[in-house]
Amino acid sequence: MRLLKLVPDNTNIKFLKWRAPFYIVSILLILASWALVFSEGLNYGVDFAGGLEIRATFEQSEQAPIPELREQVGSLGYGSPVVQQFGADNQVSIRVRLPAEAEGDNEAAQRIANEIVAEIAANHEDFRLDGNDNVSGKVSSEFRDTALWALIAAMAAISLYIWIRFEWQFGVGALFALFHDVSLTLGMFALFQLEFSLQIIAAILAIIGYSLNDTIVVYDRIRENLKKYRKMPLPELLDLSVNETLARTVMTSLTLLVALLPLLFFGPESLFGLTAAITLGIFVGTYSSVYMAAPILIWLGVNSDSFVPQEGVAEKQERIARGEQ
Amino acid sequence: MLEFPTWKKVWLWGVTLLACLAALPSIFNAANIRWPDQLPDPTVNLGLDLAGGSHILLEADPAQVRAQRLENLEGAVESALRSADPRIEIGDVSTRGGQLSFLVESAADVDRAREEILPLINGTGLTREWDLQVMDETRFVLSPTQAGLDLAIDNAMEAATDVVRKRIDALGTREPTIIRQGSDRIVVQVPGLSDPEQLKQLLGQTARLEFKLVDPQLQQAIPSESASTAIRAGTQVVPYAEGTGQEGFSMAVRRLGGIQGDSLVDARAGVDPQTNEPVVNIQFDAQGGARFARLSSENVDRRFAIILDGEVISAPSFNEPIYGGQAQISGNFTTESAYALAISLQSGALPVDLAIVEERTVGPDLGADSIEKGMIAILIGTLLVIALMIATYGRFGVYATAALVLNVGMILGIMAVANTTLTLPGIAGFVLTIGAAVDANVLINERIAEERKRGRRVVAAVENGYKEASRAIYDANATNFIAGVLLFLFGSGPIRGFAVVLIIGLFTSVFTAVVLTRMWVADWLRKSRPTELNI
Repeated sequence: MRLLKLVPDNTNIKFLKWRAPFYIVSILLILASWALVFSEGLNYGVDFAGGLEIRATFEQSEQAPIPELREQVGSLGYGSPVVQQFGADNQVSIRVRLPAEAEGDNEAAQRIANEIVAEIAANHEDFRLDGNDNVSGKVSSEFRDTALWALIAAMAAISLYIWIRFEWQFGVGALFALFHDVSLTLGMFALFQLEFSLQIIAAILAIIGYSLNDTIVVYDRIRENLKKYRKMPLPELLDLSVNETLARTVMTSLTLLVALLPLLFFGPESLFGLTAAITLGIFVGTYSSVYMAAPILIWLGVNSDSFVPQEGVAEKQERIARGEQ
Repeated sequence: MLEFPTWKKVWLWGVTLLACLAALPSIFNAANIRWPDQLPDPTVNLGLDLAGGSHILLEADPAQVRAQRLENLEGAVESALRSADPRIEIGDVSTRGGQLSFLVESAADVDRAREEILPLINGTGLTREWDLQVMDETRFVLSPTQAGLDLAIDNAMEAATDVVRKRIDALGTREPTIIRQGSDRIVVQVPGLSDPEQLKQLLGQTARLEFKLVDPQLQQAIPSESASTAIRAGTQVVPYAEGTGQEGFSMAVRRLGGIQGDSLVDARAGVDPQTNEPVVNIQFDAQGGARFARLSSENVDRRFAIILDGEVISAPSFNEPIYGGQAQISGNFTTESAYALAISLQSGALPVDLAIVEERTVGPDLGADSIEKGMIAILIGTLLVIALMIATYGRFGVYATAALVLNVGMILGIMAVANTTLTLPGIAGFVLTIGAAVDANVLINERIAEERKRGRRVVAAVENGYKEASRAIYDANATNFIAGVLLFLFGSGPIRGFAVVLIIGLFTSVFTAVVLTRMWVADWLRKSRPTELNI
């Protein structure tokens, strides 16, 4: 037999037994996430808030003079800058939001960036500018809008497809699971005030994609089992379906983790936020497929007739009785 | 299941290898190996976030186009009515609210005036550019139509894109990309350019050059705060530009009778032999030269202002009449700013002001560093995935791994042929796609194992495994495909980069993970007729 066996044969874990408490916890988590998003706000990067980000290396130094930079840049009067180590010890990223009075001023970000670079270069001889992003308020709010609409459109279309391919309950279930994943990811970003940028949107999309894969694999099995075991009570049938696909779930998650962890630890600094978000999404996405997408079907009233056209029920039962599919 | 006719095999291998071959130039390039020139070399472009370089988004100000258009219409209407025979007198001309309105003084002239104006407002094409209304019998109101405005902005942007291209070409930068985006934006991307200061200076300059006489009564610079007191009939007050050493001061100049920069034929950066300061030498065309000669001879020892984009850059005196149409612009230039001004003047003024609304620059070191680290991490990740797959699924794991490698090759190959760009978010798309490909094989293999457990014979188990798993794979990929298409349609830059890789990857991953592995498995089953599966 195979060398490695991650999930023993005939596992029978009662996933659905705890569905009510899990649901309560999850809904509380979703609410808490949104409360966090609204109270703390997301830590928008320059993509979404407008402003500028400068990345620089201090070539002759072991350590970038972070407190000093904070003071120097702060003294220019554009609010308190976010100065962080970025990559090696002597590399920094300096982030400054657009001041409120710069609204409507298309080139404010440019001007402020030039001023900051000049200020730092005057005080540090070994300053090397590695890169900068300057985004005007107008463009950043457009980015916010398009990202939001792209997300909403994608989620709506996905649910519609699943409704057509499965049943409406499954469409609602998938949408709920996706909503759960997106909410929790946003909540996490609000809680830890991680920088939220266009790249993170790409990560959320990857999470949605992965979670959806998971949900569909489970749903496909539920659909199949609904046709196969017409007498089985739904909670039991859902448990069976989840257990049957468990080996696949574990294996796929593990392979993806194995691929992502090196990227997280050895990959470029610029990819860290993206990779961290996707890694997080693997856990959230797997959980939501099992604990959110499946149990909701019970409450939405899926039953063994869902996939059988009414007039064909008798005929179908007959065929099943004969052992065909 | 076991039937794979030869034509089908040839076709499948052909597609696979062709796509993978197209990836070779990109892979060689990434490894810094020269690709022979004789061979075609489709390559995957690396986005500026990976390769280093500058991305600049310029936005025009439509209000400016509107204002200019209105001004032109005013001039055209006035001169048409004035040159009508007999002349049509008008009064109370106003351009408030974006409309041109005026009174025709004699009611008898209204019909004739309308005849004169109609050709002016119908434009050249089929679009009517202005709506004409006559109110209270003699008041004409011309208001812009949306179609006319759109056309005007479109023309201005077309011309502006040309000017931008000329200026960037003059800098000698390599392979710039200059594309119009939407109705009023231009994207400029210059790979490898890590210090875009000069470029920004060049693009931020409208380069509308004017020479105007300084008010003869007020030859000195005046503090800008008290400038409004200096305005008299026929003069205007223009502030000094930054960096001229005269910030905070203004000059009162004569509104009319100056010379515009559009009669320039040449502009070059040089050095003033007397002061050794950088200057810009300009050359007027015959008409401009003649006007310049007349202006200078009539105003010897008086000052004139050199005005660039509405700001005075210097105000020298005419020491003697200047013939020959050559002049020198001085104004506290550095060598670089003189050079930039010369290029801007050569390429002509922008028909509309462009503001830089987004700039992203990645230094080449950082980009290269990102790629190197990314490559190493992806390599380690791939090796771990391969080890895990083979340890878990044995022979089937080997097939899955081979499919995975070909999948990566095919994605790169298709991206190269389609000439798409790989960006950092694109790498996220790559990760997701590879995840989907691995998942497809996991699904199939787990399903085969399941079918075996239920006691099906080897061939039937494999056959059923592929069949049953394909349904879920198909649905999962179809949903992700829908998501990808919508993201591409609605998303902006980075999201599109993600969507492109995702869409290509979905096709190749189904192809490699389902179709190719099935062909290999079928071959193996037919040749060795195993009675047991190590899965």
